[in-house]
This record gives sequence, C-alpha cells and structure tokens, in this order.
Amino acid sequence: MINHYPLWKNVLILIVVAGGFFYAAPNLYAPDPALQIAGASSSQTIDKPILGRAEQALTDAGIPFFGEVIQEQGKSALLRLTDRDQQLRAQAVVARELGDAFIVALNLAPTTPDWLLQGGATPMKLGLDLSGGVHFKLEVDVAAATERRLEQYEIGIKKRLREERVRGRVSLDGQRAVMQFRAEADREAARKLVAELYPELFLDRVDEADAWLLYGNVTEQTITELVDYAVTQNLTTIRNRVNELGVSEPLVQRQGRNRIVVELPGIQDTAEAKRILGKVANLEFRLVAEANAPISERQRFEYRSADREGMTEWLERDVIISGESVSNAQAGFDQNSQPNVSISLDGEGGMLMSRATRANVKRRMGVLFIERKYRTRYEVTESGEEVAKRIPYDEKKLLTAPVIQSALGAQFQITGLDNPGESSELALMLRAGALAAPITFVEERTVGPSLGAENIRLGTKSVQVGLALVVIFMMLYYRVFGVAAVLALSGNLVLLVAIMSLLGATLTLPGIAGIVLTVGMAVDANVLIFARIREEIRGGAPPQTAIGQGFDRAVVTILDANITTLIVAIILYAIGTGPVKGFAVTLSVGIITSMLSSIIGTRALVNLFYGGRRVQALSIGGVGGTKVVQQGAAE
Amino acid sequence: MNPIPFMKWRWVAIALSGLAIVTAVASLSLQQLNWGLDFTGGTLIEVAYSDSADLSSIRSVLAEEGYDGAVVVSFGTDRDVLVRLPDGYSDEQGALMVDKLRSSTDMAIELRRIEFVGPQVGDELRDDGGIAMLTALGLVMLYVAFRFQIKFALGAVLALAHDVLLTLGFFSILQLEFDLTVLAAILAIIGYSLNDTIVVSDRIRENLRKIRRAEAIDVINISLTETLGRTLVTSLTTLLVLAALALFGGEMIFGFAVALLVGVTVGTYSSMYVASTTLLQLGVSKEDVMVPEREGADQEGMLP
Repeated sequence: MINHYPLWKNVLILIVVAGGFFYAAPNLYAPDPALQIAGASSSQTIDKPILGRAEQALTDAGIPFFGEVIQEQGKSALLRLTDRDQQLRAQAVVARELGDAFIVALNLAPTTPDWLLQGGATPMKLGLDLSGGVHFKLEVDVAAATERRLEQYEIGIKKRLREERVRGRVSLDGQRAVMQFRAEADREAARKLVAELYPELFLDRVDEADAWLLYGNVTEQTITELVDYAVTQNLTTIRNRVNELGVSEPLVQRQGRNRIVVELPGIQDTAEAKRILGKVANLEFRLVAEANAPISERQRFEYRSADREGMTEWLERDVIISGESVSNAQAGFDQNSQPNVSISLDGEGGMLMSRATRANVKRRMGVLFIERKYRTRYEVTESGEEVAKRIPYDEKKLLTAPVIQSALGAQFQITGLDNPGESSELALMLRAGALAAPITFVEERTVGPSLGAENIRLGTKSVQVGLALVVIFMMLYYRVFGVAAVLALSGNLVLLVAIMSLLGATLTLPGIAGIVLTVGMAVDANVLIFARIREEIRGGAPPQTAIGQGFDRAVVTILDANITTLIVAIILYAIGTGPVKGFAVTLSVGIITSMLSSIIGTRALVNLFYGGRRVQALSIGGVGGTKVVQQGAAE
Repeated sequence: MNPIPFMKWRWVAIALSGLAIVTAVASLSLQQLNWGLDFTGGTLIEVAYSDSADLSSIRSVLAEEGYDGAVVVSFGTDRDVLVRLPDGYSDEQGALMVDKLRSSTDMAIELRRIEFVGPQVGDELRDDGGIAMLTALGLVMLYVAFRFQIKFALGAVLALAHDVLLTLGFFSILQLEFDLTVLAAILAIIGYSLNDTIVVSDRIRENLRKIRRAEAIDVINISLTETLGRTLVTSLTTLLVLAALALFGGEMIFGFAVALLVGVTVGTYSSMYVASTTLLQLGVSKEDVMVPEREGADQEGMLP
C-alpha cells in the first residue's frame, strides 16, 4: 500500500504535536503584575506579620491585590496585583511601609497552572523591548588596566634590582617597561632576575651607543588574562549590586572580550540604577588602636562577616592606605598549605605601608570595607505631595584585623585564616574594594512599560493578520492540500513556540518578526511539494504515484534550500547581539520545525486524506482553475 | 506546458540590473546610508505627550538648554516625539533632558524609551555586520560549490550580492534609517534569496541531466517555467506576511519589514534572472552536472 503511514508513525506525530501543545501552552497565560519583597541582607527573613504590613499598606492605599505568598522559606514574598498601571504606586507604598531593611521589586509573576509546571512547561521570557526595563552595556577600560599592571611591574623590578644590587634605571614607556644599564653584565643579571620574577614579560635586548637597554613587553596573552580578570571581578561586584536594585530577574552577562551586559526588567529609573551599578566600594587599612589611646583618636567598627556578628574592634582614626592603592588580592596557600591572601599595592601604597608598619610590628592592622548605601527619607513638598528622598551614606565594616608579623611593603600576605572559603571570600572583598579597572557605560536602552505592552500587542496582531492571509491563500489555491498545509503550518507554529519555551529563549520584537517570517517561508516547502505533485499529475502519473513521487523528489530540494538558510541564521546568531540574536534563534528553530512539519506533518495528513484507497482525483487546485482529474488506482 | 522564453530577454534583464546596481552604488557612495543610532552612537529619546505636542516649542526649549544638534521629529502620532542627540553627549543626558522637557510644559510626558550608544559600539557593529555579510556569502558559495558546482555557486553569490546591494541602495536613495534590525533583515534576505536560487538551480541541474539534446538556454527556460509557479506562490505568501508586519507591526519593526519586502521582491527576480543568466554566460553544460563515475557503491546518493 503506498501513501500510508504505519500506525506507530501516526501515533508518534500525534505525540510530538501533543507535546508541542503542552509546552507551548504556558505562553497563553498572561503573567500577573506583582511585587516581590526580599530582605536587604541575607539574614533578613520575611514572615507573616511583615507580609501583613505590606498587605495592610496596599489595602489602605486602595490597591487591590491577591495571591500573597511567602517563598523560599521566608527569603522572599510575592504579592499579585490586578492592575498593571498601579504597579509602580504599589511598589512605592509597600517600600514606604517596610523601610530600608527590605527590597521591593517589580515582578511579572507567571500564572502557569500547576499541571503544566509539573511537566516542566514554562512560558518564554519576554525581552526588554516587550517587558520594559533597562539595558546597559559596560566596558572595561583595557588600556587603564594594562597601565596599572605595568606600574606594578615597575615597582617589582625596581625593588628586585635594588635587593640584588644591580645598578640600572627602570621606567615606563607606553605598553612596556624600559630598563637602562651602564654595563652589559648588569643587564644580563637583570634579565635573569626579571625573567624569574615575571615570566610573562617578553624581554628584548637593544644596544645603544652609551647604554644597554632591556625592554619588558607585555604580551597579548598577559593582557587577555588581565582583561579576563578585570571583567570577572566587575561581573561579581555588579551581580552583588544588581541584587540591591530589587529586580526580580536581572541578567548580568559577559559579552565579548571586555564588555558586560546588564538587563534589568521593570526598572525605569536609569539614573538610580546607574548610581548603584557604578558605585565604587572602597577599603581602608588602619592600625588597631592601643588600649590607652585617647578616645578622640580611635573609632569603633563592627565586623562584616555573619559569624563574628556583634564583635567590634577599636581602630585608629589615621588611615594608612585606601582601596586606590591596592592593585591585586589573590587567595592562595603558604608553604605549610595554610590558606592565605596575597595583597599587592602600588608604589606609593607600598611606601606608606612600610613606613607605617616598620615601627608597629606585633601590633594589629584592621581592614575596613566601605560601601555606599542609601537611606530613604520621606519628605512633604510644598504642594503637599510626599516624595521619597534617597540619602547616601558610607557603611564601614571590618573585614579582618591580623597581627603585623614584620615590616610590610608593596607585597604582603594575610595568613591565619581558618579555611580556603574564608581566604577566597576575603580576597573577593578586597578586590571589590580595590579600584578595579575602570568601567564606562557604552550603551544604554530604556523601554517604558507602555511601549513594551504596545510592542506585544502590535507583534501579536501582525502574526495573526499574516497567518490569516496565508491560510486564506493556501486554502483557495491548493484546496484540500491547502488544508493539509495549513494544519501542518499551525502545528509548526505550535512546535516553534514550544521549542523556544523549552530552550528558555527570550522573546523579542525581532523574534516575533522572525516568527512572522517563518510563517511566510514555512509555506515554501509545501509549495515545492505541491508543485511537484501537480507536475507529476500533468505528466500522466496516477494520483497515488503522483503524491509519493512529489514528496520524494521535493525533499532533496527542500533540504538544500533550508540548510543554506540555516547557515545564514547561524552566522546571524554568532555576530548578533540582543534582539538580533533573538531573531536568529527564532529563524533557526523555525527553519527546522518547518522542514519537519512539511515533510512529515503534511505527508501524514495527505496520507490520511488520500492514502490507501482508490482515488479518482486530487483536490490540489490547478492551473487555470480546473482540477486535474486523472484515472488511477491505488495498489 | 510550453516553456516561456525567459532567457530571450536576458539582455534586457542585464541592462536593468546593471542600471539598478549603478544607481544603488552611486547613491551609496554619494549620500551613504542613513545610519541609525546603533551605528552612529548618540542618544535617542522617545516621549509621549498627553496631548498633541508642539515640536517647535520643544525645539526652542532644547536650544535654550544648549542641546546642539538635537533633532526633534514626531513619531507615529502627533503626541509621540522622538529626539535624537548626536554622538558626544554623555550617557546621563537622556534622562536629564526628559526632566527638562517635563518642567517646560503642563502636559504629562511619559517616557517611552531612551537609547544611548557610545561611539565605540557603533563602529564595531558596522565592521561586524560587514564581516557577517561577507562570511555568509563565502560560506554559502562553498556549500553550493560542494553540493552543486562552482558555476552554480558563482550564480548564487552574484544573485545574493545583487539583492543585498539593491536593498542597501533602496535604503540609501530614500534615506530610510538603517538600524540593527535592518541589518538583520539584510542577512535574512541573503537566506531567503538563496533559498529561491537553490530551488531554481536544483531544477536546472535536474533538467540538464534529464533532457537530452537540448541547448543550455532551452534547459534553463524549461526549468524557470517549471519553477515559476512555486517561485511566485512562495514570494506571494512571504510578501503577504511582510505586508502585515509593515502595516501592523509598529514603528520599531517598520524598517525591518520594508527591507525584507524590497529584498524578497528583488530576490524573486534575481533567482530567475541573475543566477540563471550567470549560468548561461558561464556556459553551463551537461558535463558540469554529470554524476561522477561510480567507484564504489557508497557513492550512491551523494548526488541525486
């Protein structure tokens, strides 16, 4: 029997389509506007009374809400609102009631029913152009980072040459260190020392009339490592700060060599966001005050870590050095495999440090971590309106207070840490406070919530209209075969949405355009097949043979045509960013699903309509409006 | 069906394409493209006024505040206003300007979007876009040369270059804004036009093998006639959805839809004329598409 799919094949197709519907279904449920409440510090939990206060505040303000729930064992709570327009006002009201100990974030809470969630079905995330929010692109200043590293080399080399009594001059010139010697023997000695000290430097000897020169070039690889280091460091600090902003689903991601992309859905106040993202933490190194020091010369600070909560230490008011002088901090181990943290300072910092510590061996030195925080104060303006004011203040807390074992220089270690976890945490905090490679904002996009909603509406409408036009055309032009094609096309759309949801892809406006384009182009495979079938009939083939031949011969063409398009889509993905990437993903997935749906789906339907029986004529439309009728019989 | 003598008019097509390309290149070199913010860098602010906005008063407010080079236009409706600042203003200026506009009028102003693009991003994007386009063309040529034959590859790439150039020319002549989505559209055009060209090439190859004792020109005419229906139907459905996108998709997607509309139209023509004419001029023949002597059974299926 030709043109007949075995039962298992039909069942398989049904299962795939059913699966498609299941995983595409969550996208049908529009999310609720919601508020997410979380503690400003990790120790702050949210309990019934706190949630009750938030509910009361909303009730008093006349903002309807529902579905309040405490999540993640009290780490956060969710309040759903009925009206999206009231979301911002609700946020302000609840933030006012709960105060600075809590972060109130705008959120879109999914309304996916439980039976779908249990099957792992979740809706597609909406891109910023659809949900509204802020997109930042930050760039790490590679040149500045390299310069800082070079300064470190200069100090290290100078120190080493002095220690080994090699006479020479060390200076910096652009991207390299220049060492100048009076004698070749000196240069040779220096070359050995520097190669040992900084194996990553590429050393080059040049002889001039009155001097023997040695150039230390920073290799491309070192710069790459440097940039990697700076970017990862900034990523960590930015992630921490983004959490302060109260965004439910932030995205902080490295992009390319030296860029960081930050996406904050729901945020509208870019100035505030930038202030928090761009703020610099700082460090202060101070001596621990002696017990008999007058009160006017000392200050008391709390420890920052949770396990030393409540413990305090008196420090001197004089600051030895601050974060600007710290160029690196790295967790590691000493000779006895005890965890430690190595700290590198710049030249001036090293000098100040050695001056301060020389006379104070066996005393203790405290390291303070300084963060800029904001307190919210509510003020009533002349017009009687209450406005929130954010007042900045510096929070200073003690990281550690180790004993000074010997006079310190530009490089020293903090030892006596309990475990590697503690050392890496300390190194991280030191790096966060040290002046990292400077970052600048190179791109910024803000989309207001109303524009996002409008984009969704317009996108949906154009998909609907486009789809309707294609459906009408196909049915008129290809009759029964057109129906098969349209059903397969709908299956294709469902599968496309399902796969995008499963991949966790983000839907953007160009992504919607990609879907529309896929609808248009997905028809192509069907058109190719039907054109072939018509040709076969015209050539005198009986209907069943025509169907079989038409499909088989069109498949090769379809594959060739689509694989090339897929190549283009992949290139698009590789170079594109943000919205363009979204478009490329939709296009690629669309090409694959449309090939499957037309080659297998349409075939199954046509088989169902015509397969395995005597067929007199095929309803496939025809040239000049007449049906092609052909005598024929099924085997 | 009698073959339509497409190739008889190929000189007309060559003249037409040549003229169009010269015009496009002339416009591209004389007035270039109207690069969008994504490429030039700068700041763009879209705001919605509660009532129809007075553009001239906005302009004078901005001039007073010292925003040199600010371009103020209405966007979509008379209530929506788009302000574009040239490169050189800091990333803070967008938000500041909205505040200034707010204080200059009694009307409520809603912020729709702010986009700031630093100069380093734009240049890079332009380079990356160019590289992507060339990579796409190169890879496609390789694939077609491998699956078909080098003459077909040349035809396909010429057709693609033709389509891309004409679409770019269209954007240059009308000075439509060329932004990131339009770049994506151009790359999608490469994909689409290629699809078309491959289908036609596939049929030419098949007929070259199948039809004995026929001139290449006749084989091409027959192939084009056979695929004409499919080419037109596919283009029509694609144009239908693109028209829906252009009409209902809103301002942010309009450029994208227009680029594709132009590209698909040109692509339909080029798959019939540019690729085929190239094949003919390169002297394609049966020998070019012969199934190679079979050396082992595993060769079967390599070339259909």
